[in-house]
Amino acid sequence: MFPKMLTSAIGAGCAAWLLAAVLHFAFVQKYILLGEEYESGAMVHFGGAAPPAEAAATDAHSHDDATAEEGHTHDAVEEEGHSHDGAEAGHSHGGGEVSTFTRDLWTTVFFGLVYVAYALILVAGFGLARVYGKVITAREGLLWGIAGFAAFQLAPAMGLAPELPGTLAADLGERQVWWWGTAASTAVALGLLAYGRSLVTAALAVVLLAAPHVIGAPELEGFSGVAPPEVSAAFAARVLGVGLAVWALMGWVAGHLWAADKPA
Amino acid sequence: MNTTISTSTRASDKTKALLSVLGMLMLGMVILFAAGHAQSATLHDAAHDVRHASGFPCH
Repeated sequence: MFPKMLTSAIGAGCAAWLLAAVLHFAFVQKYILLGEEYESGAMVHFGGAAPPAEAAATDAHSHDDATAEEGHTHDAVEEEGHSHDGAEAGHSHGGGEVSTFTRDLWTTVFFGLVYVAYALILVAGFGLARVYGKVITAREGLLWGIAGFAAFQLAPAMGLAPELPGTLAADLGERQVWWWGTAASTAVALGLLAYGRSLVTAALAVVLLAAPHVIGAPELEGFSGVAPPEVSAAFAARVLGVGLAVWALMGWVAGHLWAADKPA
Repeated sequence: MNTTISTSTRASDKTKALLSVLGMLMLGMVILFAAGHAQSATLHDAAHDVRHASGFPCH
């Protein structure tokens, strides 16, 4: 069964790779570059937000009176953003030190790795379903793909929203542990909901779905983003939208290839 | 007798299939970890945009 799984996974992973790269460069990359402009200080949120006359008449370094009272001023934020740069010495963000071509080439390569990896995991699920007598076709594959998106992107994003470059966040190791735990727990829960036959499995699924969010993702106290919230929001929404489209295609292609190949 | 052999063959096939599933899962997770989560500076810089655009914790 291994060669059959590998064939389906690589076919689906490559289809997903192509779509992911196209949609990323069409919809997402410009927000990463924009986030880096704010992270580096090349662009300043409040300085560019208001017309010059209005900006001069008001305190350009605070959102408004309410945020200034809370101490959430732009100056403070900018200092934090710069200290982040210092802490990440040698961390190029791909800007300045490498050409756009090289940067985008690596981005394309790594999309391939990520989606082939996701496809291997997805098709391992197909294999497990077959062991228990479940038939997967393109239609089931599409649903599995959407479920995979929910497990690996949507559920983790509820605690750890896709971060624009320059966003400060809690300890990396703790966030990675929460990410993997949430993905695994959501994937198992969706499998139990879809294929379980008793109230006990449904109840267990609900517990597994809720647990990561009840525990809560590691987070910092306070907020530190240097980019306008509109940029962060658009970035996160587009990342999730692209993820859904790519996972749906990957699931459909994987299911199609899986069903087309006779059982090994 | 035949039933015993047939049952043990089925069990062996099932074990092999489950091992294939496990191998596939591990392969996928290892690649996902290397591409999305490993913190080697070289890997991180090359994968930077993909990590941000995939919702992985990056920094």
